[in-house]
Amino acid sequence: MGRNRTDTVQLPATLNSGNRGKPSVGQLRIEEVTKIYSPKGANVLALDHCSLTIEAGEFCVIVGPSGCGKTTLLNAIAGFHDITSGEIYLDDQLLCSGKKNTDPGADRIVVFQQGALFPWYTVLENVIYGPIVQGKTAAAEVKSSAENLLGQMGLAGISHNYPNEISSGMRRRVEIARAMMNDPKILLLDEPFRALDALTKSVMHKYLLDVYDSSQKTIFFITHDLEEAIFLGSRVVVMTTRPGRIKKVIEVDIPRPRDYRVLSSDRYLELKREAIEAVHEEARKAFEAGERELA
Amino acid sequence: MSTQNPAPSSAGSWNTIPDAIFNKTAYRGIIAIVLAILFWETATRLSFPVIGKIPAPSSVIASMNNLVRDTYYWESWLVSFKRVFLGFIVAQIVGIPLGLLMGIRRYFRDLTFPIIEVMRPIPPLAWVPTAVIFWPTPEMSMTFVTFLGAFFTMVLNILGGVRNIDIRYVRAARSLGSSDRDIFWRIVLPATLPSLFTGMTVGMGITWEVVVAAEMIASRSGLGFLTWKSYVAGDFPAIVIGMISIGVAGYISSSLIRYAGSRLTPWLKVI
Amino acid sequence: MPPINALPKKALPTPNVQISSLGLMSYRLNRWLASSRPYLMLLGLSLFIFAWYLCTEVLKLPRFEKVPGPAVAAKEWFSRDPVYGISIFVPEYYQHILKSVLRVLEAFGLATLLGVPLGLFMGWKKTFKDYSFPILETLRPIPMLAWVPLAILMWPIREAAIIYLTFLAAFFATTLNTLLGVESIDEVYFRAARCLGAKPRHIFFRVVIPGALPFIFTGLQISMGVSWFSLVAGEMLAGEYGLGYLIWNSFIMVQYPIIVIAMVTLGFIGWASSAMIRFVGNLLMKWKVREAAL
Repeated sequence: MGRNRTDTVQLPATLNSGNRGKPSVGQLRIEEVTKIYSPKGANVLALDHCSLTIEAGEFCVIVGPSGCGKTTLLNAIAGFHDITSGEIYLDDQLLCSGKKNTDPGADRIVVFQQGALFPWYTVLENVIYGPIVQGKTAAAEVKSSAENLLGQMGLAGISHNYPNEISSGMRRRVEIARAMMNDPKILLLDEPFRALDALTKSVMHKYLLDVYDSSQKTIFFITHDLEEAIFLGSRVVVMTTRPGRIKKVIEVDIPRPRDYRVLSSDRYLELKREAIEAVHEEARKAFEAGERELA
Repeated sequence: MSTQNPAPSSAGSWNTIPDAIFNKTAYRGIIAIVLAILFWETATRLSFPVIGKIPAPSSVIASMNNLVRDTYYWESWLVSFKRVFLGFIVAQIVGIPLGLLMGIRRYFRDLTFPIIEVMRPIPPLAWVPTAVIFWPTPEMSMTFVTFLGAFFTMVLNILGGVRNIDIRYVRAARSLGSSDRDIFWRIVLPATLPSLFTGMTVGMGITWEVVVAAEMIASRSGLGFLTWKSYVAGDFPAIVIGMISIGVAGYISSSLIRYAGSRLTPWLKVI
Repeated sequence: MPPINALPKKALPTPNVQISSLGLMSYRLNRWLASSRPYLMLLGLSLFIFAWYLCTEVLKLPRFEKVPGPAVAAKEWFSRDPVYGISIFVPEYYQHILKSVLRVLEAFGLATLLGVPLGLFMGWKKTFKDYSFPILETLRPIPMLAWVPLAILMWPIREAAIIYLTFLAAFFATTLNTLLGVESIDEVYFRAARCLGAKPRHIFFRVVIPGALPFIFTGLQISMGVSWFSLVAGEMLAGEYGLGYLIWNSFIMVQYPIIVIAMVTLGFIGWASSAMIRFVGNLLMKWKVREAAL
């Protein structure tokens, strides 16, 4: 299967998992997590005793209809909201529980749905933002390694452009680069490709898979798109409509590296059938309930 | 299994206490104002350099008692309000059609925009002498100056509003079979309403500024004149009352407009 | 099937993504000059001045008899030996201008120095805003000129009172707009910054300030306009020099053409000061300029 190696993403040595062997950081344990919102007095049960263990280096995709609580779960892991009860552990360290909440940090970086590249900084300034504010290195050193990273990720030449000047696909890639620059333990992706057109999306899928193959980072990916979920993930977790519970976990045993040819393979179609059964019922319920996304 | 009553979460204390009554923000605001008034009173008693010269709240309240009983005070309110609304309404009558026309017809805008842009930076009060020379009565000159203040704001806001209308709405209307008249009355006008009301609210504020100034400079009635007269007569607490009255009057006018605006643009309410 | 020679013969030029702002300005200027717009604008302005001239000096319409016409005013403005003593050749003219400009600069500068940090802080820390906003909102509806008598009481020196009035007006506009600017920043940027490990001071300097800049500069333009408004009023009431004083004094001394001169000068300087602020804003907010280009 000859693959054109020049358009594959090759991360710099520091981020390339080839140097580290099997990943040992980034194990996420979610235990009996419950979240209750109370906007304007009405108690809304967003998450209901969800339990899930994501191994280090695993690409885990959460799928579910709007309002099922998947973003709530991501926000809890990221540290933007707290949870009502239950525990979340990152590498056996308590991340949050009913009583404790850890502030957002560079060990679990989020790539946001609507894009959060700072419009007032150039691409390069965005990418070096993390190391600079964390006080790790001086600007000059960081700039060269950032340029290096951008080059490796196929983004050479736009370092001095502002985010508004580049295409949306490029913006998403820069945002992923910005996250990877900080070598996080897990990468949290909140429907990152939702706003892209289908063609750009398929390119971005390959791109993300390349990044994953190189770095073997634990990835927590949220989407409502089943096909995307099965194509990208090692495991697909289907959630029910509100209150959010884990309905089904599907092991995606399609070998890596994957490319678009997978999309027409038998195994893929089988898995898709299985997933559709699980999701469609929830989607219909959600539609009828007129659910809207909570935070 | 949907809505059991849970134990209160660690975040925020809004679960059990109704927000509306025990609102932290409102409390803090009230505390701030009370503290500010106390500070003001202390500053006067202890003769602080600048703030100390302001008449004390206690004397202001005492003076308030007297003024409220004086018909002259309420007459001033009426006079000022009349002036404000007169100038304001003239500004609307002239400004709204002009602004709309400028927004829709580009040639017209190119013709008239420079004139407006050149006259706009000139503060309305700078027009007072010219207005007095031109208009036969002082009232008319004041109305003119008041008109100027609100007029420019209106036109600019409407212009901005029309130009910001998403072209897709117009296209959708056309493909649904609208004529030009339909587009104007059913698309352009409603879409411009928010900017119209913003212009009116801001314009109302400017109108009050101008009326008060004009009353101080060139009139013998109204709240502005009352304030100035109190100064000249040495009745300092009355100055503060004059100021507060003007502030309240301005606030009432703006609120009326904002209220009318929200009623006429119900689609802007965010749920 | 399209004929082969309909295809471009040479390679399409690669789009130059890096556009300088100066290059952009000259491109736009050229396009503008080529269209019919600047000529229409000139036409409109000329028609207006001509109508004014007609009404005052030629036809001498009833209401217009005492109003100074453009020709008279222009003659006075550009004469070496002006009848009423003010023209571009007379130093006194520039003294008045300088006085007004200095006053505005002082008041505006102070308002910006105090207002921008205050607005930023209010937008950033809700607790602080809860305490300070009500006080601001109570004082704001009071028209600037209603403060005149009080200001005269408060400040023993007349000059300080005038600057205080101008300052107040500018201060409210600046603070409010800065506050709005901070509140307009999308929550997602704060979250992204926190994810990337930013501490509060980083968030303040790298998210709050850049994010609020567009609103801040809009506010500064408004505040500049408001400053001129208040200054003229203050000068008309209580000044001894300055353009506002010039207008009022010429009125009293029946030297009407000077009124026109002063008004036009005011208009021009007002416009120029706003334009300068816009210019500085564009320098600081390159990303907005380039965004507007696309």
